[in-house]
Amino acid sequence: MKDTYEPYVTEDGRQIGGVLMEMKNITLRFGGVVAIKDISFDIREGEIRAIIGPNGAGKSSMLNVISGFYHPQEGEVWFKGEKRKPMKPYQVAQQGVARTFQNIALFEGMSVLDNVMTGRLTHMKSNLLQQVMWWGGAEKEETANRERVEKIIDFLEIQHIRKTPVGRLPYGLKKRVELARALAAEPMLLLLDEPMAGMNVEEKEDMSRFILDVNDEFGTTIALIEHDMGVVMDLSDRVVVMDYGKKIGDGTPDEVRSNQDVIDAYLGVSHD
Amino acid sequence: MFYREAGDFKTSYVDDSQTFPISFDRYRYYFVLFVAFALLPFMVDDYWASQILGPFLVFSIAAIGLNILTGYCGQVSLGTGAFMAVGAYSCYKLMTGVDIWYPAVCDGSRILFFWCSGRAEYQIWFQLPEINILLSILLSGFITALVGVFFGLPSLRIKGFYLAVATLAAQFFLIWLFNSASWFYNFSATGQITAPDTFVAGVQVTGAETQPWALYMVCLVFAFGCAWMARNLTRGSIGRRWMAIRDMDIAAEIIGVNPLKAKLTAFAVSSFFIGIAGALFFAVVSGTAEAGDVFGIQTSFEILFMIIIGGLGSIFGSFAGAAFIVILPVALRVIGTEMFGWPSEIVEHFQFVIVGALIIMFLIVEPHGLARLWQLAKEKLRLWPFPY
Repeated sequence: MKDTYEPYVTEDGRQIGGVLMEMKNITLRFGGVVAIKDISFDIREGEIRAIIGPNGAGKSSMLNVISGFYHPQEGEVWFKGEKRKPMKPYQVAQQGVARTFQNIALFEGMSVLDNVMTGRLTHMKSNLLQQVMWWGGAEKEETANRERVEKIIDFLEIQHIRKTPVGRLPYGLKKRVELARALAAEPMLLLLDEPMAGMNVEEKEDMSRFILDVNDEFGTTIALIEHDMGVVMDLSDRVVVMDYGKKIGDGTPDEVRSNQDVIDAYLGVSHD
Repeated sequence: MFYREAGDFKTSYVDDSQTFPISFDRYRYYFVLFVAFALLPFMVDDYWASQILGPFLVFSIAAIGLNILTGYCGQVSLGTGAFMAVGAYSCYKLMTGVDIWYPAVCDGSRILFFWCSGRAEYQIWFQLPEINILLSILLSGFITALVGVFFGLPSLRIKGFYLAVATLAAQFFLIWLFNSASWFYNFSATGQITAPDTFVAGVQVTGAETQPWALYMVCLVFAFGCAWMARNLTRGSIGRRWMAIRDMDIAAEIIGVNPLKAKLTAFAVSSFFIGIAGALFFAVVSGTAEAGDVFGIQTSFEILFMIIIGGLGSIFGSFAGAAFIVILPVALRVIGTEMFGWPSEIVEHFQFVIVGALIIMFLIVEPHGLARLWQLAKEKLRLWPFPY
């Protein structure tokens, strides 16, 4: 692992830049339960950063802190070199952070195309009056955004279900549509909460390919939570390991794999 | 045979996202417009205009309004009747010239102007000129939008049935206000509001001597305009914001929808349409109104039934639902009394039974309403005459 924050190029030729997001001493409590204890880590531009850990380790809470759902009692979130004020999730989204959910959170009443178009909402600025008139501003904006969305639909290979209502799709495709919706926002930071959960091997391979492609083609920084160790070790540049709300490891997949604390957490030792 | 996409190639995203992508649909739509605008005005008589088509068009507007709020944005409201009353009373005040009063001495004690029962003793402070009727109707829409936003504020904290109950507060409070504050009905002794005669380009549009075609045309123009605006709003980014909030508000917020703004715009736009419907109903269709009578909780429920039967989240469904609730009873009455010659009381009772039974049947057969049935029929038509 590189300790300096100098930009560098990975073995497979991807450009890793400076720090995009930094979590400083985050502590999150729910009443008496401490979900996250004094955790610090950073996410660098262009990298794929995995957060792993056993169940209940606080991974999803961490993601929720990043996306603005939870507000930590202590600690700071730095984004793009600036300390982030406490903000609502939609403001975080407008800053350029998109995410997917562990259990799919698509808009069931809408078609795939409409779902992906909702991802563009942060880019759509036309006001009520323009929308009422439609001709002119609103239509132009709609078409321009539709073009971007079609590229994403093309990219994720979901053209054939473009006009299908989301409720009718199988699980694997729903996951892909959700990724498309997040991607449509053209985020700087993409958060994936267990993108492979409940998938078979083939679907996992597809999803891994998409994650790598997204990172490669759009240069999107990705932070993901995943339980499939094979996937995590193959995909990610750096890994944060959490257990019981604490950070027990941080580094490249190889470093993490040989970390005694991590091995203990996964294989189990008595906690005293 | 001819109802299909095959051969109807779309080469731009504008073409692909048009309202009626299938050419047969498009021509049918133009045909309906042609009949409605060019043929019907010459055919309507007084009964058709004021009892059937007028109410149908007005309630379609109200249903579109409620559909935007409930069908598209997922916020249940039971205050529709009251918002219609806001539209009606604002229209009345605007078209008769809004009078602004000094806080006056009333029965020896100093209280606010509009609770005084008599008029003669008090001084008008300022009176606005009478405003053109069409402009009044539009402005009533805007006033209702403001009121709607105010009563929509609880939606930011409460959801579902609880919000419905909160909007009941609007229903009862507003009706009470219009009944008890005599300023709203210009201190008339009956407590009713009656539309004065008004003219647009020399044609009378309100008052007793209004020609049926004028009544019909005013309603039609507003209904068409509202439907067109509603369609534009729901197909674009604002419509998607509403639907995102409806389908999953947490996910909507995470992708960048400001729930406060989305919900309040839904309340504003919805109330705008409902206000226009109320103003039209009072000024053009019925000519006279009393808040508790025509804009009561019963009206709120009726409009809610319209959108449930017609189809939530569909503009066409709003029209279909309004037609079902407004036209079906009349049609049954006509069939019963004129075709079979039954006594009118018996027909009236049968009317309730049949409409009630049909509502239940529709909801069991197709819970997504007439709009969904229509859509299924179209999907079948696409393949016809082949099974698949």
